Formats: sequence, C-alpha cells, structure tokens
Amino acid sequence: MKRMSWFNVTSLTLGFAFLYLPMIILVIYSFNASKLVTVWAGFSTRWYGELIQNEAFLDAAWVTIKVAVMSSTLATVLGTMAAYVLVRGGRFLGRTLFSGMIYAPLVMPEVITGLSLLLLFIGIGLDRGVLTIVLAHTTFSMCYVSVVVSSRLVTFDRSLEEAALDLGCSGWDAFRLVTLPIIAPAVISGWLLAFTLSLDDLVIASFTSGPSATTLPIKIFSAVRLGVSPEINALSTIMIAIVAIGVITASLVTKRNAIRAEADTRAAERAQA
Amino acid sequence: MRRFALIAVPYAWLLALFLVPFIIVFKISLSDLALAIPPYTPTMRDGIGDMFAAFDFENFVFLTEDDLYWRAYLSSLRIALVSTFVTLLVGYPIAYGMAKAPDEWRATLMMLVILPFWTSFLIRVYAWMGILSNEGLLNQFLLWLGLINEPLVILNTNIAVYIGIVYTYLPFMILPIYAALDRLDESLNEAAEDLGCSRMQAFWLVTIPLSKNGIIAGSFLVFIPALGEFVIPSLLGGSGTLMIGKILWEEFFNNRDWPVASAVAVVLLLILVIPIVLFQRNQQKQAEAEQ
Repeated sequence: MKRMSWFNVTSLTLGFAFLYLPMIILVIYSFNASKLVTVWAGFSTRWYGELIQNEAFLDAAWVTIKVAVMSSTLATVLGTMAAYVLVRGGRFLGRTLFSGMIYAPLVMPEVITGLSLLLLFIGIGLDRGVLTIVLAHTTFSMCYVSVVVSSRLVTFDRSLEEAALDLGCSGWDAFRLVTLPIIAPAVISGWLLAFTLSLDDLVIASFTSGPSATTLPIKIFSAVRLGVSPEINALSTIMIAIVAIGVITASLVTKRNAIRAEADTRAAERAQA
Repeated sequence: MRRFALIAVPYAWLLALFLVPFIIVFKISLSDLALAIPPYTPTMRDGIGDMFAAFDFENFVFLTEDDLYWRAYLSSLRIALVSTFVTLLVGYPIAYGMAKAPDEWRATLMMLVILPFWTSFLIRVYAWMGILSNEGLLNQFLLWLGLINEPLVILNTNIAVYIGIVYTYLPFMILPIYAALDRLDESLNEAAEDLGCSRMQAFWLVTIPLSKNGIIAGSFLVFIPALGEFVIPSLLGGSGTLMIGKILWEEFFNNRDWPVASAVAVVLLLILVIPIVLFQRNQQKQAEAEQ
C-alpha cells in the first residue's frame, strides 16, 4: 500500500469537508426545534410534520415526479436513437448540424434555453403547463442521454452485431437481442441522469410552466428567496437522503457485479486448466 | 426506410425544439416593444415582407447605450473568470490527493465527488444561505473564536457568489483533472528527481504540463455555465451583483420587455461562442492524442 503524504491527506480532508459540511449542517438544522434557523433549540421532527401537511409542496412534488418520469423516458428513447445515428448512422445530409444540435444544449445557459422555448410555445399558442415542461426537459435531457449512450456505443464490438445479422436476425432483432442488452447500463444511467436533471431544474421550468403546473424547485426557489426556512431544510434533507441512498446502492451493486464477474472469469480459467 | 425514421425523429425534434426557438429569439430581438399580446411588433400577421422591413438593430444599440448592460456583461465575465481560477486552486489539490490515494479508496473517493452532482443544485446553493448570513454559522463561529467583533456581511455580496460558484462547480473541475493525473506515469517524476529536480520542480515541470488537458477541460466546464448563471447570483448575491443571467430574467419577468431580453440572450450567446469553440477544439485534440 502506498503511503500518502500529509499534504495529500490534508487536501483531501479539507476538500471533502468543504464539499460535505454545508449539506451536513443543513441536515442537522432540519431537526432544530426553533423557528429561528440559526439558533439550536433542541431536537425535533416538527418541521417534517408541517411539511407533510403542506399541500402546496405535496402537489408540486407530484407534478415534479410526473414531469421527470415522462421527460426522462422520452429523452432516453430519443437520446438512444440520436446516439445510434451519431455512432452508426454513417453519412447523411446535415450530419454536422445534427451533432451540433446534440452538443450545443449541454453548454447552453439555462436562461437562454428557457427563454427560447417559452417564445416558441407562445408563438404556436401552446398553453403552458405540464406538457410544455415535459417538452422542454426532454429536449435538453436527450442530449445528455445521447452523450452517455454514444460513449458506450463507440467502445462496443461491432462484430457481435454483424454475427447476429449473419445468423439471420433482422436489423431490429439484432438491436433488440444483441446491442440493447450490451448498452443497457449506459441507457439506464442515461435515464437516471435525465430524471435527476428534470427533478433539479428551476430555470427552464420557470420559463415554460404556467400557473397550472408548479414544480418543486419553483416552489422551493420562491420560498427561499425570502430567506432560510426550517420547512425547506426538512424538504432538502429528504431529497439529500433519497439521492445518497440511490447513489450508494448503485455503487454497491456495480462493485458486487464487478466482483462476481471476476469470480466467473477465474472459475472459467480454472475449468479450462 | 427504417434508417430514415431513426434519423428523422430525433432530428425533427431538435430542429423544432432547439433550432427554431433560437431563430424566434433572434427575430424578436430585432422587433420593437409593443403594448399588445404578444408584447412585440411586428409579427407574422403584418405580412412577411412588412415584418422584414420593420426589423432593426435598435435593441442592440440600446444595449450599448445603457451602461447597465455593459457593466453586467463585464461583471459576469469577471465573476466567471475569478471563480474558475479559485475553483482550479481548490480543485487541483483534491484531484491530486485522489490520484495519489491507495487504489482501494479510489472508488469511494470518486463516488464522494460525484454524489453532490446528483444532489439538487438549488439545495446546495441554499445550504450556504444559512451559513453565510449575518447571524449564520460562519459568523457565530468566527465571533466565538474571537477573530471578529461584529458579524461580517457576506451573504448578498459578490463574495457569496464566488463561494457559491466554487462550491457547486467544484466536481466539474476535480473530475477531468483527476482523469488526467490518474493516467500519469509515476516513473516520469522519479526520472526528473533522479536527474536533479527537486520535488517541487518535478511537480511544476512534469506533473502540471502533463495534466494540462484536464486543467483546460475543467476550467471550461466551470467557466461556461458560470457565465450565464442565474440561481447563484439571485440567492447569494445582492442588489449590487450584476450578472447577465439575472438581468435577462428580470428584463423578461419584471420589465416584460421581450425584445430587449432576446437581444441580451443573443449577445450572451455570441460571447459564449468563443469559449465553447475553444473547449470543443481542446476535447477533439485530446481525443485524437489518445488514438
């Protein structure tokens, strides 16, 4: 095992303290009994109770989840198609424009994306609501999905697909039975990425939502503009907990699969010997 | 036929919901404010010919005349540049420490860097509001230490905006630098030291140049989104914080001046083209070098 110098240990400790302390403090203060957010007055779950009874927040959470599920699913389908076209599509008219439109939304300031989509929706007379947010979120998420999926497609051994075609599969069957299972991890992480991007988005949702559809980030933003509130601390804690459980589970599953794959390879090698 | 559909569906989607909206923004930036619905003139209803005849660059001239916009663009550039530099100073040692960590820690350290990225951006910015306010934890701590006698005003100033940008974009800086350092061959540093370099010299002459691509990629990944940032200046910044994302928002939602908001967006986009093209080129060069 390598020994780490005190400098590296210090920079890692300070760095991760900087990354995590603000969130840890937020979580601790969500259990504060006092309404004054910065004065500790004993442990209490009072704000969680008030949060559960706050219907405006619950409605917004429901809208947010609906939008996130719809937009991430649609974005995964479109993004996977786009990745396939970029990596396997060969030459076609307007390919440069196409790849430009895939990469540009990744670096576009959200205010511009939001403004331009809003002006489009108004221009064609589409009422703003859940549908317009879903359309907006799908558009930028599909680009992220396509980047994730195409990085997997590039490293993919094409002869496997060709073998399936030689053995009599139709193009669609070869995709469904060979390509899709292999790129599935990338497609799933693309979906998860699209889902969190949608859950998280404030700016684009603010531009494209109407009075009938308020998402959770819009609700949180208008509440915290007035200052820190204990209810928002409680809500944040719940959201942080969900993400932490999700990411830790995912990394444990990946680790277990890697160990299992290694064990399989070893067993195979032993069987051969 | 199937291939055509495969290309046409995502293509049409992006044309309709990405490219066409930009053309609309550009069109409206050439129009005039009007007390109507929609609040600009001319529209398609006036006839295509008349519409083109009525276009002018008045809004862009207006942007150069009112020094609010100039100052906002310059101040956004300054805030984005300074915070990118600070993020680099904070992020490099962390990435370096990760690359030097024992192998069995690396997966965990990597997960710890990525975890904040999955956590809501809004919440991570909000977390600082309670820390930086006048009666916040940072001031309480400093007062308790006796370092200060009265609370520092940090929240609602540009300092808070810098802290917010460095904090939220730090993972974007760490990951590319770590990727570059991870590939580094340790024997190169040993060779430099054998040939008479000090540890420090070997670091400056070998490690830094070889991690250049990571530094460049990380800096662009922080600078580009920081320039158009809206959430951080509006939650942590004060009335004196001028950032173009905030100006665009206010122009649209508070002043309801769509033509000027569109002109602000067009100019921001023109400013962003330079770093985006440079970033793409750097990525391409890196990809070619790897092959």
